[in-house]
Amino acid sequence: MIGRAERLLTYALLGAAAAYAVFPLAVVLWLAVQPDRIGDTGLAFGNFALAWTEGGFSTYLRTSLVVSVSVVVLATALAALAGYAFGTMSFRGSTALFYLLLVGLMVPSEAVVVPLYFDLRALQLTDTYVALIAPQVAQSLAFGTFWMRAYFRSTSRELVEAARLDGAGHWRVLWSILLPLGRPAVLTMVLLIFMWTWNEFLIPLVMVTDESLRTAPLGLSNFQGQYTSGAALLAAGAVLVALPVVLVYLFTQRYFIRGMLEGAVKG
Amino acid sequence: MADGDAAVARRGGPPGEPRTVAYLYIAPALLVFGAFLLWPILHAVWLSFYDWDGLTLGTWAGLDNYRQVLTDPELRAPFAHALVLVVFFAALPVTIGLALAGLMSRSALPGLAVFRTVLFLPQVIAMVVVGIAWSAIYAPDGALNDSLSALGLDGLARAWLGDEVFALPAVGMVGTWVGTGLCVVLFLAGLSKVPRELYEAARLDGAGPVREFLAVGLPALRGEIAVAATLTVIAALRTFDLVYVMTSGGPGGRTRVPSYEVYDRAFQQGQVGSAAAIAVLLTIVIMALTVAINRFADRGAT
Repeated sequence: MIGRAERLLTYALLGAAAAYAVFPLAVVLWLAVQPDRIGDTGLAFGNFALAWTEGGFSTYLRTSLVVSVSVVVLATALAALAGYAFGTMSFRGSTALFYLLLVGLMVPSEAVVVPLYFDLRALQLTDTYVALIAPQVAQSLAFGTFWMRAYFRSTSRELVEAARLDGAGHWRVLWSILLPLGRPAVLTMVLLIFMWTWNEFLIPLVMVTDESLRTAPLGLSNFQGQYTSGAALLAAGAVLVALPVVLVYLFTQRYFIRGMLEGAVKG
Repeated sequence: MADGDAAVARRGGPPGEPRTVAYLYIAPALLVFGAFLLWPILHAVWLSFYDWDGLTLGTWAGLDNYRQVLTDPELRAPFAHALVLVVFFAALPVTIGLALAGLMSRSALPGLAVFRTVLFLPQVIAMVVVGIAWSAIYAPDGALNDSLSALGLDGLARAWLGDEVFALPAVGMVGTWVGTGLCVVLFLAGLSKVPRELYEAARLDGAGPVREFLAVGLPALRGEIAVAATLTVIAALRTFDLVYVMTSGGPGGRTRVPSYEVYDRAFQQGQVGSAAAIAVLLTIVIMALTVAINRFADRGAT
């Protein structure tokens, strides 16, 4: 179809684009294994251990894990329930309520974080897991409900009717039939919410001052502010922060990319 | 974003018989959503009418905070910077994405999946990490200056993020890096749906590779371009993490953007009302652009 020369040129361009995409990541990896003391040579893989223990990244990563898992579990459960109702039942006000949820897709977290901080401070909830988790559950719900509703609408009505004739109630239909069938849709949503929560920076930055509640990106940015030297340790920390999501992405990229393309706008 | 939705809607109205139990299913989600998203939005609007330092009693300011955003040059600058970022975060990635996707779709290339995975990688990495990586590249002794001096262009080397002229474009180029992969992958998905025969027909008419893409590929990508533009424009307008990590708004406020202004005013300078007004305006701009871009795409499709 196309000539050999053109094919070579295409590969060359693709290679250049891929190299460009990887280059900054390679720089960080390279910096992370540089010995910090002048005169030392060779690759210093000990930097990762040092960042883990003395850099405090073991705490940051643990906090991030707690927050991400909580947000994923809560948002997935609530979005599945709401999406089920929006997708398979008709009730008064369903359209208006759904559009209300869609507003959440467009509202940037910058707009809600200011009042949220003062509200939660008044309730003495800043510097708690609640302040880290609840706002992110709310933000994930807009996308989650939208996503799950689309899945439930695509399911077969005949299947549901047949189950009903067999005496299954709405709860059994959801748990025994529709959710098991929707595993790919649920998995995609779980992966995206996990990534968004893990990478979120503004909400932890505003809500938390307690060292033990710092999430991984927040801990990293504080580390950057504190130690102007120690570039190797900072880079090692950056690798540790990025690694969990990158690993998950590499193993599940089909779901990731599909979700990002179809799910599109998240506020 | 409405793709799957529209496909379903065509099949008819809302399925199922009327049910009151539905309210039980949506109640938990609506409660959390209302308390932690809808209420804060209303509260933000309320706060934007006050002059408040976050501690003492606030005083009613009416529309003063909004008036200031429109008249005070110091407050208009961040919005101007955001527009510059739109060029780097949205216009460049969409253009480069179209070119790359056009090239890649010309024939079945073995190994394409690997390229797709790599090009998409910047999308999944925390912006704080991205900011630290690029700060290292832009540093006075970083990779960029090293490459310049290796090419004998020492004269061009500088502290990029400390330079009043180059700091904003330097941050912008990071946005280009992040957005390009998303655009390529989106456009490839769109082009894969174009029937091969259309290309053959264009080729028979004597169209070259460029004409062929402009006549066949580009019109088919209208929807994908709208999605890509929406996502990247919003990303540009919302830029916060990168600026916080890379420049803190400096040098001399040259990289201050609306989101950073909101954070700085509300939590560092004790100007909560003004911060809320900027946040509300930013939300309105984002909503208006989202609707406008998608209107534009819909109108072209019919």
